[in-house]
Amino acid sequence: MSSGWQRLLDPAFWLRGTFPHGIHPEENKHFTAHKPIQRFPFPPRLVLPLSQHTGAPSVPVVHPGQEVVRGEPVAKAAGFVSVPLHAPATGVIRRIELMPTVKGPRTPCILLDVYPGDSQETRFYQERDIDAMSRQELLQAVQDTGLVGLGGAAFPTHVKLAPPKDHTVHTVLINGCECEPFLTTDHRVMIEQTDYLIKGTQIFMQALGAKRAIIGTEDNKLDAVEAIRAKLPADGSIEVKAVRTKYPQGAEKMLAKALMDVEIPSGGYPSAVGLAVFNATSTAQLGELLPTSRGLIERVVTITGPGVERPGNYLVALGTPLRFILDELGFRGTAQHLIMGGPMMGGAVASLDVPITKGCGGILVLTERDTQGQISKAAHPCISCGQCLDACPMLLNPSQLGKLAYKHRYQEMAEDWHLNDCFECGACSYVCPSSIPLVQYFRIAKSNNREQQAKAKAS
Amino acid sequence: MSHPHANPVLRTSPHLRTAPPVPVIMRNVVYALLPVCAFSVFQFGLSVFALLAVCTGVCVLTEHALCRLAGKPSTAGDWSAVITGLLLALCLPPGFPLWMAAVGAFVGIAVGKAFFGGLGFNVMNPALVGRAFAQAAFTVPMTTWVPYLTKGRFTEFIPSSLTPPFLQPLPITDWLAQAAPDGFSGATPLALWKFEQVATDSVDLMLGTSAGSAGETSALLILVCGLYLVARRMMDWRITFSILLTAGGVSGIFYMVNPAVYPHPLFTLCSGGLMLGAVFMATDMVASPVTPKGVWIYGALIGFVTIIIRLFGGLNEGVMYAILLGNACSPLISAVTQPRIYGAVKKKGAA
Repeated sequence: MSSGWQRLLDPAFWLRGTFPHGIHPEENKHFTAHKPIQRFPFPPRLVLPLSQHTGAPSVPVVHPGQEVVRGEPVAKAAGFVSVPLHAPATGVIRRIELMPTVKGPRTPCILLDVYPGDSQETRFYQERDIDAMSRQELLQAVQDTGLVGLGGAAFPTHVKLAPPKDHTVHTVLINGCECEPFLTTDHRVMIEQTDYLIKGTQIFMQALGAKRAIIGTEDNKLDAVEAIRAKLPADGSIEVKAVRTKYPQGAEKMLAKALMDVEIPSGGYPSAVGLAVFNATSTAQLGELLPTSRGLIERVVTITGPGVERPGNYLVALGTPLRFILDELGFRGTAQHLIMGGPMMGGAVASLDVPITKGCGGILVLTERDTQGQISKAAHPCISCGQCLDACPMLLNPSQLGKLAYKHRYQEMAEDWHLNDCFECGACSYVCPSSIPLVQYFRIAKSNNREQQAKAKAS
Repeated sequence: MSHPHANPVLRTSPHLRTAPPVPVIMRNVVYALLPVCAFSVFQFGLSVFALLAVCTGVCVLTEHALCRLAGKPSTAGDWSAVITGLLLALCLPPGFPLWMAAVGAFVGIAVGKAFFGGLGFNVMNPALVGRAFAQAAFTVPMTTWVPYLTKGRFTEFIPSSLTPPFLQPLPITDWLAQAAPDGFSGATPLALWKFEQVATDSVDLMLGTSAGSAGETSALLILVCGLYLVARRMMDWRITFSILLTAGGVSGIFYMVNPAVYPHPLFTLCSGGLMLGAVFMATDMVASPVTPKGVWIYGALIGFVTIIIRLFGGLNEGVMYAILLGNACSPLISAVTQPRIYGAVKKKGAA
């Protein structure tokens, strides 16, 4: 906790919203928090997975040998819960084939050879008048940008603009908490792309018919709050609020609690309580892309950690392989030191050949020592210390869930102990003195239950 | 795959963990107990030192042997058996025969812990199981008290300590006459109050200048040691606080009703094993409830039962039974105090 207890002396701290429980991992944002976003060079070849989002994979509309211009669509959406894909650079389509990505060792990807001499300006765009657009037109326009939740979930943004018929969204929440340690993507975007952030917020409000919006961020980013406050529209429709720095404040359920003091019902959507929650970087991207009807072709990625020499916030073309990025930054280790995303919820990387995708907001490079310690730690039996209960932001009983998982009573976990309300933030595993892999147990239990259900349906 | 970095080690999130592991927590509890032990040795001398050593040694050996017997890796190194040994010794009378202490320690670990599956599975605090066994099996020595700060305490044992195995304790009358020439009633402050209506000064109780079990005597020191654990976030202060609050509150009510019959709450809090029990025994993580609400109820139950036994029971001290009862109720308390989860909706059919 770099600036931990001093914060308590600030009277404003006590007025800030928060949520019950949660943890305070070391923030470690000092590696990159002050570093302006820098454009990263283009690699000789981009690897564009067709499935960079939650939902149906995109369908290619290009063929090998075809020349594409930066910003041109190369794959279209396959249905409603899907998004199109755009060429991140001017070049030529080489092949469409199976490649390793974060989703697995062999997933279909478009390979694009970048023209090295090209200026890489986005020539594929068209101004348009947003104010004149209907809600339906806006929704279609958002889908056309290929935008997904850039905070990590990669859920298609436009789907959230179509809440169930009986739900009315009155308030849009923009999530700039970025509670994961190390990551500073949202932080830099809120400071450097404030105008786009406000624009994007207004587009969301228009598309949802919401009267009000709140941009929420943790109080370790008060410079972002200042930057945003200076640009807020005069009509007071958009507010910016700091909430207390605590993990996992960036979960939408926690943000709803901290900003609005409401709870999103178990198993329900935020729209059930009149809310829609969007990630801050996604919002700024929308504000940048939609008025010129461009597509999502690059994103800000925090490349950080003790294992990298030049940590920073980089604007990286989608499809840039990790190996290229890490070579540029002088990293010589192996994939086992890498985490895609933050340290609490991010995924391990199986290969350095995987590309940056839409949902990847950070690459964390650990050192040999950091990773060794994690693997060798032995587990002890649960001593019922209750720390996990005091950490769980969903107020579940991870101790009990863990004991049931150990006995493979997965059904009981879901029916009686709210397994499906767990969103795998990892707070319980983080505090467990017995090093019980609770979150891993819960993932196994959930996937096991899903299989059982699928079987039951099939028979 | 042919690239040079094939065969990676895959880990899943969260990739960070900083919680001190179980053995570190247990070791810190031992650290916190050491000043209490040292003070006890200072008060009662060689006998208590031997008592601590025997109890701890037997506990660790029993743990190790039973693990081996069960074909499991030994857990004797996780420090939890050391805590059991120290706690058991601290709640025995200073002149307790060492062989009986060894039996109590064995029973505590074997019956109280190993039979249930070892650390994490014991229903009750093993040290208290050992003490309860000793109380039932060796009633007289369990209630034979000795004066504190006797002259020769660092050079000679209290005679009863060295009783040969399986024999009745050696008489200490001669030793008493020599060690406490002014006369020693052989009663603890609680017994004095209960059976003879003599109140001991609360200051003496706080500082520990009174007779009693080896480690039950300085309430203040125990509290300070507990604060160390709380500061390191290795002890649930809510349990201690809840016990002391309830015990003080309940006895305060009685005191207000009739100060002539019932003791002052401060006397209640500082006398007997209440402080040791509230700080070090009831807070045994394994045998206390896990739910945030549950720990308050658990503490209140222990505090309440302690006072009821003390004031109306046949015994003058009730902390041990109160905690054992609290331990037994823990699973039930946990079960009925499950937190209301975030965004809870009524079960299907109820709405």
